[in-house]
Amino acid sequence: MSKLRLLVGTRKGAWTISSDSQRSEWRIEGPAHLGAVVSHYVADPRKPGVQMMSVGSGHLGPSVFVSSDYGNSWQEAQTPPAFSVEPSGVERSVDHVFWLTPGHVSEPETWYAGTSPQGLFKSIDGGNTWQEVLGFNHHPDFFQWRGGDKDGTPDGPKLHSVIVDHSDKNHLLLGMSSGGIFETYDAGATWSALNSGVTMDFYPPKEDGSEYEFGHDPHCLIMHPVYANRLYHQNHCGLYALDRNTGKRWTRIGDNMPKDIGDIGFPIVVHPRDPDTIWVFPMDGSGQWPRTSPAGRPAVYCSRDGGASFVRQDKGFPAQQAWWTVKRQCMAVDGLDSLGVYLGTNNGQLWGSLNAGENWRSIAMDLPQIFSIEVEVTP
Amino acid sequence: MIHVFLPSQLDDYTAGRRELSLELASDSTLADVIAALEGRYAGLAFRVVDEHGRIRRHIAMFVGEVMVRDLSVPVAPNDRVQIVGALSGG
Repeated sequence: MSKLRLLVGTRKGAWTISSDSQRSEWRIEGPAHLGAVVSHYVADPRKPGVQMMSVGSGHLGPSVFVSSDYGNSWQEAQTPPAFSVEPSGVERSVDHVFWLTPGHVSEPETWYAGTSPQGLFKSIDGGNTWQEVLGFNHHPDFFQWRGGDKDGTPDGPKLHSVIVDHSDKNHLLLGMSSGGIFETYDAGATWSALNSGVTMDFYPPKEDGSEYEFGHDPHCLIMHPVYANRLYHQNHCGLYALDRNTGKRWTRIGDNMPKDIGDIGFPIVVHPRDPDTIWVFPMDGSGQWPRTSPAGRPAVYCSRDGGASFVRQDKGFPAQQAWWTVKRQCMAVDGLDSLGVYLGTNNGQLWGSLNAGENWRSIAMDLPQIFSIEVEVTP
Repeated sequence: MIHVFLPSQLDDYTAGRRELSLELASDSTLADVIAALEGRYAGLAFRVVDEHGRIRRHIAMFVGEVMVRDLSVPVAPNDRVQIVGALSGG
């Protein structure tokens, strides 16, 4: 019977919540790094038992820790991600490591990290030492792409959603909040924007009627793990899909969400065996952007037709007066036959559904603010 | 001898040690103190000083009773150097 672990990063440390494939009983273990800000806590699908964690602190600078024994012990990176002096002379400093992504299966020691402020870093020794991806961080247009700090998220502009195409180790995609979506086909040497069709309503329309090429605010970008041409992303300005078999422009599938809910949110996940099935957790992006569950009634919305239509899934959630929300790394799926979907909230609740979102139950209710959830399944 | 006092936030690096003395050259600076600490406690320096040699925003360093923000500040024998988690609110 396989073992399932939910790796939970929070504002105050990391927890592991484990079960077997029946998923009827859950055991909470932790914390690791109590008091530290853990933005992302990730398992390495290439090496059972290997995990990586970004560790920050209210006082101390950022770091990365690696475990090779399922989180029982941790080793700090010898050289954590750090910026060199820019060609322009700017001296940026990494505030926190926001995102971690294992590299391609053919490169088992490679990892990527996205930071705040935005930077892309790579390790080729399993996370012990990190180097800048200079083709990105020192790109001559970098500071135009990312805009100013006013365009970043309230706790700092972020580079996130680093994706390694399973079919091409040199094809990477990433998102910047703000800055937009970018991709490379040569392992980071050259980059191009991938934002056609995406709304950018926080800037005035261009006088010539053309689109902005970059500067957008993707919140979370995903690629289907089998069908690499199917992309989705949840943006500050709506919910989008791109099928590269049929087009080059993003389509706002969020137009098919109920109008009273809207299509603003942070997380998005896709069914690992069905590229047409996705889940999102909308938040209230109206008025002053309260970023709560719309009307205080939390619900996941699921599309089984690539975004042409959505169904509300709220059975088990509080029916009213529940004003939590879900951050961008805080939804995950487990890949088991009856698909498990999990979400973590900004008030420390962890919810799970064992039937693809139809019914929800609480797994943990009193954790610190949840920043990330990842699933590790081992034999 | 330079007398160094360390905050609880660095306990994981120092195994809980909060005080130590360093034998440094007479023309040393605060940067030399940090380098000496890094030599004893690998990884400590980057948690308190950023990649461009700046003291991190929520870390305070004192030489004697004077708070300093620059690692080029000289330290003299018998100086007391204290690193603290800054009172950053709350």
